Amino acid sequence: MSDTLSKIEKRTAYTLLLPAVFLVFSIILFPIFANIWISFKEVSLKDIRIPEPRAKKIVKSISDNNSELKIVYKLRNSSLIQKISDVEFKDKLPSNVIPVDLDSRCEFKSKIIKCQFGEWEAKYRENFEVLIKNENNNEIDKKIVKSQKPSLSGKADNILLTTNFTLKNFKKVFYEDDFVDLLLTTFYFTFFGTIGAIFFGILAAQLVNQNFYGRSFMRSILLFPYVGPVVALAYTWTLLLDPNSGTFNALMVNFNIFDEPINLLGQKYMLMNIFGFELKLRLALTTVIFFEIWRYFPLAFLFILARLQAVPKDLYEAAEVDGAGPLKKFIHITLPQITAIISILFMIRFIWNFNKFEDIFLLTGGASGTRTLPINVYQQGFAISDIGMGSAVSIVIVLLLIIFMFIYFKLIGRKANEI
Amino acid sequence: MKFKSLSIYLLTSSIFLLCLLSILKIMSTLQGIKFTNLNISQNFILGICLSFGLLFIGNKFNHLIKIFSFTSIFTIFYLYINESAPIWYYISVFIIILFFSHKVKNYNLNYLKEDFVSEKIIFDFITLFGIIFFAFVILFPFYIMLVTSFKTQIALLVNPLDFSLDFKKDISDLFKSYFVIFDTYNFGRYILISSFVSIGTVIITLMFAIPAAYAVARLNFFGKTFLSSSILIIYMFPAIVLVIPLYTVFSQLGLRNSVLGLLIVYTATTLPVAIYMLQGYFKSIPKEIEDAGIMDGHSWFGIILKIIIPLSLPAIASVALYVFMIAWNEFLFSLMFLDNPKFFTLSRAIQYLTGDAETPRQYLMAGSVVVTLPVLIIFIYFEKYLVSGLTAGSVKG
Repeated sequence: MSDTLSKIEKRTAYTLLLPAVFLVFSIILFPIFANIWISFKEVSLKDIRIPEPRAKKIVKSISDNNSELKIVYKLRNSSLIQKISDVEFKDKLPSNVIPVDLDSRCEFKSKIIKCQFGEWEAKYRENFEVLIKNENNNEIDKKIVKSQKPSLSGKADNILLTTNFTLKNFKKVFYEDDFVDLLLTTFYFTFFGTIGAIFFGILAAQLVNQNFYGRSFMRSILLFPYVGPVVALAYTWTLLLDPNSGTFNALMVNFNIFDEPINLLGQKYMLMNIFGFELKLRLALTTVIFFEIWRYFPLAFLFILARLQAVPKDLYEAAEVDGAGPLKKFIHITLPQITAIISILFMIRFIWNFNKFEDIFLLTGGASGTRTLPINVYQQGFAISDIGMGSAVSIVIVLLLIIFMFIYFKLIGRKANEI
Repeated sequence: MKFKSLSIYLLTSSIFLLCLLSILKIMSTLQGIKFTNLNISQNFILGICLSFGLLFIGNKFNHLIKIFSFTSIFTIFYLYINESAPIWYYISVFIIILFFSHKVKNYNLNYLKEDFVSEKIIFDFITLFGIIFFAFVILFPFYIMLVTSFKTQIALLVNPLDFSLDFKKDISDLFKSYFVIFDTYNFGRYILISSFVSIGTVIITLMFAIPAAYAVARLNFFGKTFLSSSILIIYMFPAIVLVIPLYTVFSQLGLRNSVLGLLIVYTATTLPVAIYMLQGYFKSIPKEIEDAGIMDGHSWFGIILKIIIPLSLPAIASVALYVFMIAWNEFLFSLMFLDNPKFFTLSRAIQYLTGDAETPRQYLMAGSVVVTLPVLIIFIYFEKYLVSGLTAGSVKG
């Protein structure tokens, strides 16, 4: 009895899960594997479209009473690079209408013109003409003839499904001159973005955890950058930091803090002189990192605040009795209480920052030394139109991610369950 | 010891006051007042004098009389040092100094003798300073976004610092940018598409996620632990690695440039987080209620429909709001999949506008306000649900 019940339970579970699992598999897991396939191929953006035979039908009258008509089919191969084989053409004529002197490739049978065009090369074009006439010399309705659309079919290789593989893409990815620079940029962006977000998150959480007037209002405000649409926020910042007419530079010049406007998002390096040391600061990258921190510290703030509010108050009271000052209280009570959540946050934010595309794309488009791996996927795949290269870079991202996740679940996975 | 805490008090408090006054000055500059000097050193010294005076007097006088007299004296000094400005600026200065004097009322010479007083002072002022700093840094871009949308191109070119709004103008002049983006740039249509896509995503996601979450939370089946842990892993995988394969497949299936394509992708990407958040809530519903449902002869479907959904409405609402916000804000897929202006979402439309360097910035900012406002309104209105949901499931971003 219980056996059948558990069977029913299993079956119900699978039926309930099926739609969601199917969708997630086809849209998320399938592409990750498809990337592996594509990354070993030489595909560019224009190869993606499957070539298909196309025809445009034009009907012309050649006699006064319209008992004879000429149909011109403008035939073409939609692809500029691939051939189509076994092209078959079909069109239907109205009743009592027959073709005259039909092309040798075609035959007419029960009102249908059927043609075998064989193979079409790339860019193939032909004006295919058919004369038709009414058997009883009556008028043929042009509209009826025109409204009938011809159907074409043909066989073409789908470049994605062929089995020509190459290692070229990976060679290009790894031997590219600036691959190391690419990795370093990604690392800087990810690491400092994460550290900064967590630092400001702790600061903000510590503030809001105190009692003051308008505290819940402050909490909502702090989350604004996180919930706002990235497009709007990124463009507001670009306008704000614009060297020619941006408010930030105008203010700085107005108050004599800068001598001249600085292109914060368009200048790759800035020379800094600190204690006699010449320092080359990656300016655009730094600005992008600050935007990243601005946008994502709210998440860290929220998690840390939730943890802080759960810290028992008597711990602090006990510390006060023992004569601990605010700094000691923070180091010895608050920090140990939030280390677990910080390590989780670090990993989550690290992985998400590592994958961040939109923010950099909207701010700089990957120019002036802000090209990270995700930006590279876009540039290779869509700006240079080399889909295979884009996929190869995606594979590099996925491999690095798997390594990060492995570390995450080895080191922190257990801690995460404890919370 | 006393000297150390005294100097720390003077330093931190006057830096705090200086920051307040500088922020006021910057904001007034943006209202078109011509300030060219922050006068940092003079105002800093002024702040030290004020702090010292307040500390020295302590509570020998009535508090109100004390702070009002000090404030007036120092406002006059401030007036003397800094450039001339309209009367409302001085009123603001007066209010800020009043606020400051009130804040430091607890400090007197005796207080400085207590233990750890310098640390306490630093913490107090960091708190005050932090609140103002965070509020300013976060709200400033939003403020610029809003006021830019009310200005005209010429006014911004003449003085990029003047964001003052002229309320004497006609409403239609003031809101001109908004009229333009709706009339010429078709934003009405984009709003409709964005809403349709977002709401559609919410409905489909919930339809898929509720049964799946119920199965994960309640039923026993082979591969359950594997499934529930892989939800999180899938959630970690970035959209950017999905883009190329999806782009190729969608191109070949003709799903690019269609609302349907977006709906499919958005639903798939929001499903993991929706399932994760919902199953957590479903687990907290007492099992006895369901047993009663089984006794009554309900099927699993009936249990979900009649018991689970009504009991978990708050959680479902918060998931729905999240999914809505994710879909509304989504940019990457709309950039990749849409290149026909007929099917643009709001985010994509704004990005498309920036592609044309000729597009005046106030139109861009008006568009940004249009796309930001609904999200912020939803967020503020439903903040309680959303914040608890955020910490429970955490939204990708």
